[in-house]
Amino acid sequence: MIDYNERIPNNVNLSENKTLQRALEQWQPSFLQWWGDMGPDGSTDYDVYLRTATSVDPKGWAHFDYVKMPDYRWGIFLAPQEGTRKIHFGEHKGQDAWQEVPGEYRSTLRRIIVTQGDTEPASVEQQRHLGLTAPSLYDLRNLFQVNVEEGRHLWAMVYLLHAYFGRDGREEGEALLERRSGDADNPRILTAFNEKTPDWLSFFMFTFITDRDGKFQLASLAESAFDPLARTCRFMLTEEAHHMFVGESGVARIIQRTCEVMQQLRTDDPIKLRAAGVIDLPTLQKYLNFHYSVTSDLYGAEISSNAATYYTTGLKGRFEEGKLDDDHALQDSHYEITDVEGDRIVKRAVPALSALNDRLRDDWIRDVQSGVDRWNRIPVKYGVDFQFTLPHKGFNRRIGIFTDLHVSPAGELLSGVEWTRQHQHWLPTEEDRLYVHSLMGPCLTPGKFANWIAAPGRGINNQPVDFEYVRFN
Amino acid sequence: MEQANSNSDQGSPAPVDFRTEPGRYRHWRLACEGEVATLTLDIAEDGGIRPGYALKLNSYDLGVDIELHDALQRIRFEHPEVRSVVFTSGKPKIFCSGANIYMLGLSSHALKVNFCKFTNETRNGIEDASQHSGLKFIAACNGTTAGGGYELALACDEIILVDDRNSSVSLPEVPLLGVLPGTGGLTRVTDKRRVRRDHADIFCTISEGVRGQRAKDWRLVDEIVKAQQFPAYVAERATALARGSTRPTGARGVALTPLERGDDDQGYHYQYVDVALDPNGRHATVTVRAPAAVSARTTAEIEAEGANWWPLRMARELDDAILMLRTNHLDIGLWQLRTEGDPRVVLDIDASIVAHQQHWFVRETMGMLRRTLARIDVTSRSLFALIEPGSCFAGTLFEIALAADRSYMRDAEEGDSRVALSAMNFGPLPMVNGLSRIAARFYEESAPIEAAREAIGKLLDPASADALGLVTAIPDDLDWADEIRIALEERAALSPDALTGLEANLRFGITESMNTRIFGRLSAWQNWIFNRPNAVGPSGALKLFGSGKKAQFDWNRV
Repeated sequence: MIDYNERIPNNVNLSENKTLQRALEQWQPSFLQWWGDMGPDGSTDYDVYLRTATSVDPKGWAHFDYVKMPDYRWGIFLAPQEGTRKIHFGEHKGQDAWQEVPGEYRSTLRRIIVTQGDTEPASVEQQRHLGLTAPSLYDLRNLFQVNVEEGRHLWAMVYLLHAYFGRDGREEGEALLERRSGDADNPRILTAFNEKTPDWLSFFMFTFITDRDGKFQLASLAESAFDPLARTCRFMLTEEAHHMFVGESGVARIIQRTCEVMQQLRTDDPIKLRAAGVIDLPTLQKYLNFHYSVTSDLYGAEISSNAATYYTTGLKGRFEEGKLDDDHALQDSHYEITDVEGDRIVKRAVPALSALNDRLRDDWIRDVQSGVDRWNRIPVKYGVDFQFTLPHKGFNRRIGIFTDLHVSPAGELLSGVEWTRQHQHWLPTEEDRLYVHSLMGPCLTPGKFANWIAAPGRGINNQPVDFEYVRFN
Repeated sequence: MEQANSNSDQGSPAPVDFRTEPGRYRHWRLACEGEVATLTLDIAEDGGIRPGYALKLNSYDLGVDIELHDALQRIRFEHPEVRSVVFTSGKPKIFCSGANIYMLGLSSHALKVNFCKFTNETRNGIEDASQHSGLKFIAACNGTTAGGGYELALACDEIILVDDRNSSVSLPEVPLLGVLPGTGGLTRVTDKRRVRRDHADIFCTISEGVRGQRAKDWRLVDEIVKAQQFPAYVAERATALARGSTRPTGARGVALTPLERGDDDQGYHYQYVDVALDPNGRHATVTVRAPAAVSARTTAEIEAEGANWWPLRMARELDDAILMLRTNHLDIGLWQLRTEGDPRVVLDIDASIVAHQQHWFVRETMGMLRRTLARIDVTSRSLFALIEPGSCFAGTLFEIALAADRSYMRDAEEGDSRVALSAMNFGPLPMVNGLSRIAARFYEESAPIEAAREAIGKLLDPASADALGLVTAIPDDLDWADEIRIALEERAALSPDALTGLEANLRFGITESMNTRIFGRLSAWQNWIFNRPNAVGPSGALKLFGSGKKAQFDWNRV
């Protein structure tokens, strides 16, 4: 007799649910196989100081201890049910939230869950070699924490597929483990999740910017009329916040280190700074530009009928839908998007329902901007005259209105020739990437940090910074 | 005055023109390499034939299909070396998402129907080329293949779907739009692919479609192939299909020179075809002329004439005239079909066609004649053939009279009205139900068909033609003018909708084929659905698609 509550921490009454048990019993070996094949490279025997969620209450969700990652207890948690929740937007507004999937939305909901679920293992795959070049034990541990939590998010989505979508759901669950990031035959669904995460700067940018897309997607799904999805996403958001902390603080520590060296050497010359082994601020800006624009595409086209349908049918709300003060139906309201008219970039009001992708992107942009504002305090503190800025919405886009256009970070429409001449000033060049790559190398003595990144202000779970966060055995 | 404007239902002053050439394509790339032609669909979003919608995700409108139709013609005539044709997409992750829904939403009912008819004819043309010309088609579905995209694939001999755990084939019309997969999709799934009806029921009611092994198991595709092996597998199949082709070796193509057409207030004017419009009477007169004499008898002479060889040039002109009338003159409800010339010349040309029917160019020209005449059969206009002295309804051109709903032959005192039959009337130019027009006319009863066959080559006077049942009526000179006037006026007074239904029912008789099921059953249901509030009412599914608003159905079954 397997004790499911012990093996799979959960608050979904797993030990009573035979259907779910059967599904997960078959899926779990495949998941472990996948983790072995595609999880963090060579990490099987490491003891990692990880946080495990064992319940959803404030104490249980943050249980810290050393654990070998294959033994990590990937749990299934939904935020607690809130009485009889009502649907609060779209055409079903006012009705009880759905505890089962309505047949009519089955395939759309499944698609939404599969698309979200697919990103979780994808990022683990993208990051699987980073452990070999960690700049510190602290960072290595953070990487692994992010990885196991992406794994748990996969579990959360697979739970929904298994519990609510029958045979099709089980097949989709298997397929989530069969796709591979960057695989030519069998790629992950979204393009950005087939890109490489080749170095730690990219990892920090990814967790700061791309995981923030995750936050906004989850937040709008947390509004869903399908209550199990809403509750699952609400719990996932607590973990997503940690990923963004890893990213924001990671980049902040790189900025800090560079500013320290700039102050010591009294220079802002990238050549001298590179000679000193730190990443010059203009290069950081280019990485920011790159990740920002690629992630911007994840929100989809500015005008989207799918987004409109998702909203009207109650499947996916707006960010903080409950806090917005309007009719929550949007049948007659408008939203201003950025569009192109001839050779000018203009603002244009379009039906709000069709612009929901762009609206969510705007919410995300505001959130990214406030993180960038916090970064900008660091150069000021060191007396360095440099401020990071977000490029224009149309910069380097592959999806939507700006797909075939060239827009500078400042928002000017450029000719193809002009773009070709200038883009190396705005996006990381091969040389930039090679330089960043050259800095990557393991620095695994407790309390030591690679030269290009500053130590964090404090450790994990009130442990000291020089704590042995990972034991290699 | 509304009726005087033939374009009143189109919502746009610019008439559609069906003439194009590869250099002007915006949506397709035609690449012929040896025996394999590749048609790559890469639709320009801003290239819609009408304003008001963007052709996203490789979704098509009439303009895209006009190019496809032209490309197929180029392959048939200009590239005889091509034996197999590969359809694929130039866009990542998407093969084709079908007809553009916003375009359908903006279109009048007539425009939708015309669009569907033309796309149906083009897809039938693909199967016609496979059956008769030895051209084999592969749909290399290298991404999501939805709706009309899958219907295009269904028209091919083989469907290969990329197996990336993401790309599916689907017919999402019912769940997403509240209409049918009306470009033959529903019919081909059963009649051609023999998908079991319960599987078809599931397939046609789920918007996400079917992918991978199940798509193959359910016969929706012939093979599923991993992305990295995909190009090689497609190439291998293209070569294998080419091997079985009956296309010629070492033949030189015939350039399809631009079709010359004079447009003016009176109508459309070509070398061998003339269209005279009578907006007040709401009818048009289509006159087809025979050449003065036979100028090519050997295959070398025929090839030398190329696109100017009368059967081909006449067929191209007639085809264009039909399309112009059908698309741009909706209120011209009746076409008078006439011919001018010497019937003996037409019989003589027919003899050359029959003698050289194995020659690739002659075979392709027969195909062009066959498809053009088939277009007449499915045209939603009343068709009256008027056979008078100086006309040449003989052989191939007599098919025009047979295609008409009625034929009036003038029993004239002066001059002689003559019709004639040739071998061309007994098989080479079948209707879409697979029967010759003679066989369909007589419901395949052998006595009248054999009697007609006995008359091959003879110039038949009105009495003989009437006796053989080849014409409807033979008014004499005294009656002619009044008889015809009354027939036209009477017809013009009847409900155009009822006439369309009546004519379509009578023209195809009692023999059904997959194509008649597409043009008949599928189109009829589709047209009914297209007119119902559940599809096109203010809260109909088709109307609201993409708006984010949900369709409100009237749940009563009818």
